[in-house]
Amino acid sequence: MTRSSDTHGSPRNDGNQHNGSSHDRGNAGDSLRALLAPTIDTRGNLREIILIPLAAVFMALLIGALIMMATSVEPHIILRSFVAMADGSVGSLNAISETLTASIPLVLAGLGIGLAFRAGLFNIGAEGQMVVGGLMAAVVSFSVTGLPMALHLPLVLVSGLLVGGLYAAIAGFLRAATGAHEVISTIMLNLISIRLLDYLLRQPFIQKEGRSDPISKAVLETAELPRLLSFIDPNLRLHFGLFLMLGAVILIYWLLYRSKLGFAFRISGENPDAARYAGIRAGLTIVIAMAIAGGLAGLAGAAQVTGVLGRATPGFTAGIGFDAIAVALLGRSHPVGILLAGVLFGALEAGGRQMQVDAGVSIDMISIIQALIIIFVAAPLLVKRIMPFLFADRPKEDADHG
Amino acid sequence: MADQTQMDPARLAASQPVANVTDWRRIISGFTLVMLAAIVLFLLDAPWDSVSTFRISRPRDTWAVGNLVVPSQLINTLAAIILAFLGTRLFLRGGGRWTGLSLGVGLIILAMAFLVWATAGKAISLTGMLQATVVRAVPIALAALGGILCERVAVINIAIEGMLLAGAFAGALFGSLMGGWAGIICAMLTGGVFGLLLAVLVITYRVDQIIAGVVINLFVLGLTSYVSSQVFAEFRWLNKATPFRAFKIPVLGDIPLIGPVLFNQNLFVYGALIMVTLSTYYLFYTRMGLRARAVGEHPRAADTLGIDVIKTRYAHVIAAGMVAGFGGAWFTLGSVGRFDENMTFGRGFIGLAAMIFGRWHPLGALAAALVFGFADSLQQKLSILNTPIPSEFLSMAPYIATIVVVAGLVGRARPPAAIGKAYTKD
Repeated sequence: MTRSSDTHGSPRNDGNQHNGSSHDRGNAGDSLRALLAPTIDTRGNLREIILIPLAAVFMALLIGALIMMATSVEPHIILRSFVAMADGSVGSLNAISETLTASIPLVLAGLGIGLAFRAGLFNIGAEGQMVVGGLMAAVVSFSVTGLPMALHLPLVLVSGLLVGGLYAAIAGFLRAATGAHEVISTIMLNLISIRLLDYLLRQPFIQKEGRSDPISKAVLETAELPRLLSFIDPNLRLHFGLFLMLGAVILIYWLLYRSKLGFAFRISGENPDAARYAGIRAGLTIVIAMAIAGGLAGLAGAAQVTGVLGRATPGFTAGIGFDAIAVALLGRSHPVGILLAGVLFGALEAGGRQMQVDAGVSIDMISIIQALIIIFVAAPLLVKRIMPFLFADRPKEDADHG
Repeated sequence: MADQTQMDPARLAASQPVANVTDWRRIISGFTLVMLAAIVLFLLDAPWDSVSTFRISRPRDTWAVGNLVVPSQLINTLAAIILAFLGTRLFLRGGGRWTGLSLGVGLIILAMAFLVWATAGKAISLTGMLQATVVRAVPIALAALGGILCERVAVINIAIEGMLLAGAFAGALFGSLMGGWAGIICAMLTGGVFGLLLAVLVITYRVDQIIAGVVINLFVLGLTSYVSSQVFAEFRWLNKATPFRAFKIPVLGDIPLIGPVLFNQNLFVYGALIMVTLSTYYLFYTRMGLRARAVGEHPRAADTLGIDVIKTRYAHVIAAGMVAGFGGAWFTLGSVGRFDENMTFGRGFIGLAAMIFGRWHPLGALAAALVFGFADSLQQKLSILNTPIPSEFLSMAPYIATIVVVAGLVGRARPPAAIGKAYTKD
């Protein structure tokens, strides 16, 4: 073991240390767990938890600027685009409303992915679970009529949650029953859900009357998530989903750290052998963890349909399910971390839209920046090598580690 | 047995099962086959007097061959009986190597029955269909080959989708600037660069392999979409490459059925076939290949024997990126010459599925890619044949088949033992 692992406690080094002690254990599994470790054990590396994401964001923005330069965007436009990004994300009440609105589905789906991570499962299928959950919510929202809002809206949200959960439970069941890896099955379920959506949106009971393109009927007023700030300005889009999001953060925190089930999740993820000896039913734990993860993604889809879009269209999830993976990684699978990461990504989305309008730089730049942030957060050794001065305690040991 | 039940998040496809696996596998597979039998019998039924006509020769062929004409309902009834037999057998006895074999045979029979049903009372060009099958199998086979090269040295390559997309992009851009051949070379180099990035992240910086792959996919998608909307939208001549045309290999290209399908194709088809052959030879019949596989199975033992694990992994991941880059160029230089946002549309993931189907063997992966390619071309033909089944369902079929096969074949299909694990020499 290198010296730095004991003193510095970086997540990567923890992973190696762990690996040394249990030889036949999967190192990748360990490194995944180690990636998430700092949220469990925060002694001594609080500084890194804060510094690495900050450095990652900074470097990602810098490389983003370099890419803009490489595509012959003029320097003053680059400057203007960063100003627009800040302006569009936190510069006004409307900007903050947009940021929070964009972060709601990211946090909800991200919580599910983070929870699955904790249980040692890699749920790449949030996108598909959002699709089926959102579509189900849309169907219930316009086909059930005559209910008061107090009944209709919860019914819509719960149906989205249930369908998303069931869809994810397929992958969980296959993993538990046959060992089919959830990464492959959730990728396939994603691709299936896209086709299913395209097909169902053309069916007469879903398709909007008089339209030939695939688009669903509009969500009824009693199923719309109410807007929170319409008393100030009716154009502010922030909706009741904000409370769903905050409630989910608290609930998942409680579930993970204060409940028996959450203990089962965490111990299954960290040490499957110990889980088995403790009498935890591994198969059932996998299915339940996937179902909850899918339920949260389904809820994210439902919130998006009933709070923002008002209908389901092809590709209405807009890749949020994939961005949520990044959010879960950035938040290190901790509910509070995911909340912060989700708001950051929401800010980038909202800022990116402003950037496109003000500076004429394509919003796809935001995806690049998001991906770069995750690369740097996932590779703390890389960050330390590029910016040794930030971690000045023992820069030399870090530098010669790789 | 202690390590048989543990969960390892990074183990693709052959993660260790938890429950009583053989039974579940048998039951799921058997149930699927019986359901397929019912589908063939009740949904794919045609009038007894109808025939399906498959045209083999085209008017200008050198040697003409007559059409293949079969009675539709008879064939499909037979298919249903075989499927039901296989399924029931799995239910009652099953297990062992019969599970995988029955599923494979069952899927092929299903595809045949479907084709016969769809053409009942009509005629279809079998040659044209198989030709399209081969063409569409190319990117999937190359993606699978990229996956195999990585996974044989124990690096999971989820990033294959991004590498395909990067190859497609570079093919269009550099193909427009400097011509087709330069486009292909640049596509391979670009794929190689992303292979290098993956290698640096997972080998040197020991980032979790699945995370690194997912992130590279996001990054490539973002980068290519950005350039395509920021630059290509304005300068259209940068995105207007001349695609490669098909060229016929003399004599061989004149053989009925086989000629047009295999020997009258474009560069990418020949390239894919050559790469699959070469890598099979390399992996299983050369000393280097043996060493590479040793690195995938037991890196510490390989290291002890003097094989440089790190270097071997770097070389193979970069090579995998180049193969995927070539496969990506198919999307632009092999078809229309123009890049569109996210144009690979999950083919890289299908390639990974083909890799698992093919049990990490290039030839097996090629066979699996052909099955997927067949489903792809069938979907194209459906609109012409005017069948009542919506094309969305057919396009789902390969994905559902993948799930069924991954669930049914696990335990038989084993990835290299060290898969997903970073290697530290200490």
